[in-house]
Amino acid sequence: MQALAASVAVVLAGLAVLWQATDGGQALTAERARRLTALRDMPAVPEVVLETMTGTPLPLGGPTKRATLVEFIYTTCPTICQAAGAEMARLADDVRAAGLDESVRLVSISFDPGRDDPDALNAYGEGHGADGALWTVARPDPDDLPALLATFGVVVIPDRWGGFTHNTALHVVDAGGRLRAIVDYDDPAAALTALHGVVQ
Amino acid sequence: MTLPRLSLAAALIAAAWVFRAPLEADPVTHILVQLPLLALAGALLPGARGTGGAWNRGGWAMILTAIFAMAFWMLPRSIDAAVSDPAVAASKFLSLPLLVGLPLRLGWPRAHPLLRGFLKAQALAMLGVLAFLYTHAPVRLCNAYLAEDQVRLGTGFLATALALAVLWVAPLLGAQGAAAPARRHRSVS
Repeated sequence: MQALAASVAVVLAGLAVLWQATDGGQALTAERARRLTALRDMPAVPEVVLETMTGTPLPLGGPTKRATLVEFIYTTCPTICQAAGAEMARLADDVRAAGLDESVRLVSISFDPGRDDPDALNAYGEGHGADGALWTVARPDPDDLPALLATFGVVVIPDRWGGFTHNTALHVVDAGGRLRAIVDYDDPAAALTALHGVVQ
Repeated sequence: MTLPRLSLAAALIAAAWVFRAPLEADPVTHILVQLPLLALAGALLPGARGTGGAWNRGGWAMILTAIFAMAFWMLPRSIDAAVSDPAVAASKFLSLPLLVGLPLRLGWPRAHPLLRGFLKAQALAMLGVLAFLYTHAPVRLCNAYLAEDQVRLGTGFLATALALAVLWVAPLLGAQGAAAPARRHRSVS
């Protein structure tokens, strides 16, 4: 009887811990967890000033006129960022077609600000068709980078060829400076739906 | 007897801590070396008084404790958090000895042989599932590790399953060989 009671207590405690650790069975991975956090907690993006491909300052976080779609890149990236750049170009077209270009801006942020100076950002932007108005490429101050990556839940690790691997995605920030949604980088339809949701 | 085992347990935990940077840099050594080292350290700890009580009959409560703690550390997000969050890292160094290794040692000897056999079969099956998942998943399961390291970890799970299968099956073959003459002896007399 005592053994049964002890076992039942262990099972209940164990299930409670696992329930807590997986957000009620919804998120077994950190990637899924950060997407849930964006939808549920709407974390505030740090108020920082980025430097764009034209060398002009661009505020991120805090109240802004337009909602912002953020992706993270580094310009010397050979593979996935090139694909992500093509997807971003397609998304820019979709945003224009949906008539959202007055209420939405697209920003590709470099997590390698040491190497990605405005010239490198500009070359990347021109290569992928960023016009600098609807879609711009920018870099943060290196001191702001850790807080920025932590808020978005972006983890950058070195690959074995001198580049980086990171959890590539599209991040929707509303005009109040809050992270509201994270969707797959190759799912512009989901990004557009999320943008519609935060733009009135 | 207690003191050398206690020192060995402390040495294992110290080694897992001191070498955590190189061990955690690769998911294969993180999952298949560091975590088992910590659990082994817990298994060497002297058992608290009273663990032979009625509440631990059949070892069920202790074995279930270990199973739930292992389930927590099988979540990819737990491993990611152990690398990025110092509080979760600390909980790893506490929970694997105290909630996996120690309870397994206190529960296993009291478990019915049928339950032990079932748990061994489950462990092999689970490692097989993990091996398939980690070698075939189309996405990265841990943000802290590369896709090719994930595949190597899957292969590591498979190798562990095979090694455990050999380890657990070999004594059975040996016992059969030894038991057979004994039975003949009995039947003759």
